[in-house]
Amino acid sequence: MGETRKISLSVNGKTYEEEVEVRFTLADFLRQQLGLTGTHLGCEHGVCGACTILLNGRSARSCLMLAVQADGQEITTIEGIAPSEEEMHPLQEAFRDNHGLQCGFCTPGMLTTLIEFLGDNPDPTEQEVREAISGNLCRCTGYQGIVAAALDAAQRLREAKGV
Amino acid sequence: MSGWKVFGSRAKRLEDPALLTGQGRFVDDIILPEMLHAAFVRSPHGHAKISGINVDSARAMDGVHAIYTLDDFKPHLTNERLVVGLPSSAYKQELDRPALAMGEVVYVGEPVAIVVADTRYIAEDAAAMVKVEYDILPAVADCRAALEEGAPLAHSSSPHNILAQFDMGYGEVDSVFANAPHVYSESMWQHRGGSQSIKCRGAVSIYDPLEELVTLYSATQAAHTAKNILIDMLGLNENQIRVIIPDVGGGFGPKLVFYQEDVSVVLAAKLLGRPVKWTEDRREHFISTTQERDQFWEVEIAVDDNGKMLGLRGSMTHDHGAYTARGINLAFNSALIVSLPYDVPCYHMDVVLAVTNKVPVTPVRGAGHPQGIFVMERLLDRAARELGIDRPEIRRRNLIPTEQLPFTKGLKTRGDAPVVLDSGDYLACMEEALERIDFAGFSERQEKARQEGRYIGVGIANYVKGTGRGPFETVTVRIGPSGKIMVYSGAAAMGQSTQTMLTQIVAENLGGDMENIEVVTGDSSVVPMGIGGSASRQTVTAGSSALLAAQEVREKALKVAAHMLEASEEDLEIEGREIRVKGVPDLKVGLGQVAHAVAGTPGYALPGGIEPGMEATKNFMIDDLTFVNGTAAVEVEVDPETGKVSFIKYVIVHDCGTVVNPMIVAGQVIGGTAHGIGNTLFEWMGYDVTAQPITTNFAEYLLISAPEMPHVEMGHMESPTPLNPLGVKGVGECGVVPAPAAIISAVENALAPFEVYLDQVPLRPPEIVEKIQNAAIS
Repeated sequence: MGETRKISLSVNGKTYEEEVEVRFTLADFLRQQLGLTGTHLGCEHGVCGACTILLNGRSARSCLMLAVQADGQEITTIEGIAPSEEEMHPLQEAFRDNHGLQCGFCTPGMLTTLIEFLGDNPDPTEQEVREAISGNLCRCTGYQGIVAAALDAAQRLREAKGV
Repeated sequence: MSGWKVFGSRAKRLEDPALLTGQGRFVDDIILPEMLHAAFVRSPHGHAKISGINVDSARAMDGVHAIYTLDDFKPHLTNERLVVGLPSSAYKQELDRPALAMGEVVYVGEPVAIVVADTRYIAEDAAAMVKVEYDILPAVADCRAALEEGAPLAHSSSPHNILAQFDMGYGEVDSVFANAPHVYSESMWQHRGGSQSIKCRGAVSIYDPLEELVTLYSATQAAHTAKNILIDMLGLNENQIRVIIPDVGGGFGPKLVFYQEDVSVVLAAKLLGRPVKWTEDRREHFISTTQERDQFWEVEIAVDDNGKMLGLRGSMTHDHGAYTARGINLAFNSALIVSLPYDVPCYHMDVVLAVTNKVPVTPVRGAGHPQGIFVMERLLDRAARELGIDRPEIRRRNLIPTEQLPFTKGLKTRGDAPVVLDSGDYLACMEEALERIDFAGFSERQEKARQEGRYIGVGIANYVKGTGRGPFETVTVRIGPSGKIMVYSGAAAMGQSTQTMLTQIVAENLGGDMENIEVVTGDSSVVPMGIGGSASRQTVTAGSSALLAAQEVREKALKVAAHMLEASEEDLEIEGREIRVKGVPDLKVGLGQVAHAVAGTPGYALPGGIEPGMEATKNFMIDDLTFVNGTAAVEVEVDPETGKVSFIKYVIVHDCGTVVNPMIVAGQVIGGTAHGIGNTLFEWMGYDVTAQPITTNFAEYLLISAPEMPHVEMGHMESPTPLNPLGVKGVGECGVVPAPAAIISAVENALAPFEVYLDQVPLRPPEIVEKIQNAAIS
């Protein structure tokens, strides 16, 4: 093992104190050290977006960050999106209802990206959704189901807030 | 359809909950105690002799457990090569891949050694420290150059660079062309890139010395093929190897191939006695996973004054890559599909597959079919232009009318079965697409746009494609004593909703409760044989077997229940997890009780005198392909300054027979369309003259992203095929097939004022600008 450092961070609301190799990416740390394999690696050079997580509520590529850079930060991964084990997030429900996933590999990054986006823009147009996910590649769906799911989720979230 | 519980419905996918919550299990998600990590030393050269390999300094690094070359593996191999080529009499030489490089490397990315270490980080460090001495040899990068006199040999031991050569066709082509009133010739370059599934390949292997069992988890589309190759290479008994396909993050063809990395990981795990994982990274995917790449066509069409086709002939050179990783099938598909939708009186195509120093070529979603369709549709557009006939009209005059189906083409499949177009209405399909794109109103729109200085164009393309390749896919349906229905199949899932599809078919016959069904696919231990996922085949093959197996189990269950309830079988129905007497809901027996009754008790007869076990295994046998059809109609705007192509509207009307789940079918069609648009306007797998790949990341090789992708409008026609009991045809590749032909036709139409004629795929913005400039000069 190479040089290590101790970090403390919150992942999906749980605090971790971990000794981590300084060269480990955040994605490898989440997957291999914490066992949170829901965050996926598609390209490891920051283009495909599959590894997108929320860092203090903002989307970030976990393949382009080192784990030590997440020291003291709050992270949300796909495992932390649903409100409970029994219940999915409205965005997850909308993905299922609109066939927003096929192989499901790009899905974690799509969900985290869209959670941030819908927080900023609760009533988007189709074109705005397409721009929002322009940094997330999907090879299965042709994006149509994903766009439909995002628009559907936006409506569900607005209705839940009584807007 | 009416009267059905779940079959044909837009049922939610069973695959989704795990995938949406981060609980999927892809191969890289498998984390085992004591697991080691592998990285590969790969050739940096297109062609070179290996004069020495020194692993000493790499082996001495902390955390490195082993480094193996082919010499280290040899004592443990009963066959050093991966013999996978599909049978054909067209081969001129055999070029099977060695497990690891055998003294000579023939493409950049070819694995030379495997390094196993505590972490992937260390394994990659050590791989970089392995010193391989190469004597560089001349490389062949272009498949046409490969066939020229005096070209360097892609393999120094080969007699030439021809992998295979064949022709196909029917009719008196020479005399027809000699006497035809109009003959038009075209030269076309067609190129498709890689699959670029978002999840790359990967493998985890475990060796259990107690059971003497090798287990391989691999992101493959064909578990049983992998098992059989490993039996061949390692000299195992069939009970000593199990291949399991975990969740696969997209397949699209290249994962059908068994790779050097699979066998290397298995051997490393066996030799080290610890689990070994290898996860392909994206650069490795670009240089070591199979691709489609180049075809060069020289073709001509003969027509009469009315645009009625008299014949089509030509030749095609196909880039095969450095080894045979699948066969001649890709080039064969391209040549076979050209004439299918149309009544072409005579046809002849000469095909040569050239060996090059590039990663092997095997099918990517569409499998050579988009290229063949492109040839036909471009030639029809050319003839229409020359004769002053409307593009739809020339197609109306040549499409095979539905009244003539089944229509026997003068062609044979690769299995030597006659090509018989079974069902559909090609003309009605095209007319619907024309209506949806408002083809009739287009010239007015175009005129108006031109007045505004905008260049818009419309294009159409018809396709007919064989799907559902046989010979079978096994399905076992079993009701266990718990009442749970298990479905086992040799089919393989990679995102196409296989689990949901099989569940809908089985549930329809066994109570309609989809939640009560568990599907197990992609595990060589659950059924003895399997073919796997390719050629838009699994709903046809596994779906049909599932139907027959479910029907047999239903009959058995009703028979036993009748015995138990002392009722007549005709009076019984299966509802949810129970069998009950119609109209007397209290008279019922659970599916679990029925299964229990035939599980057997020593010394007691089985009820109803039936065979033990509430189960059935079926292999629906199929030799003939079933042919899907469709039409894409596209309206685009082209910016002549930048070469940017924007979609105004994208329509596809298609017919895949009976629909098991319309949501899933739509997803397949749109996804395939995205792949086809990407192939046409963005994707290019580039190599330089030394066969060095020059597009090895997603900045150099562009995949289509959401803003470029149009909303796809679909029309569905449903002509059930008579060839299987469900009436289904394959749909997985349909979207991709007409896309290049329709889009290029639309772009050419938009650029008509510049007199730009298009004969290539891909067509990227700089090339559009260049073609406009060249047309202006000439």
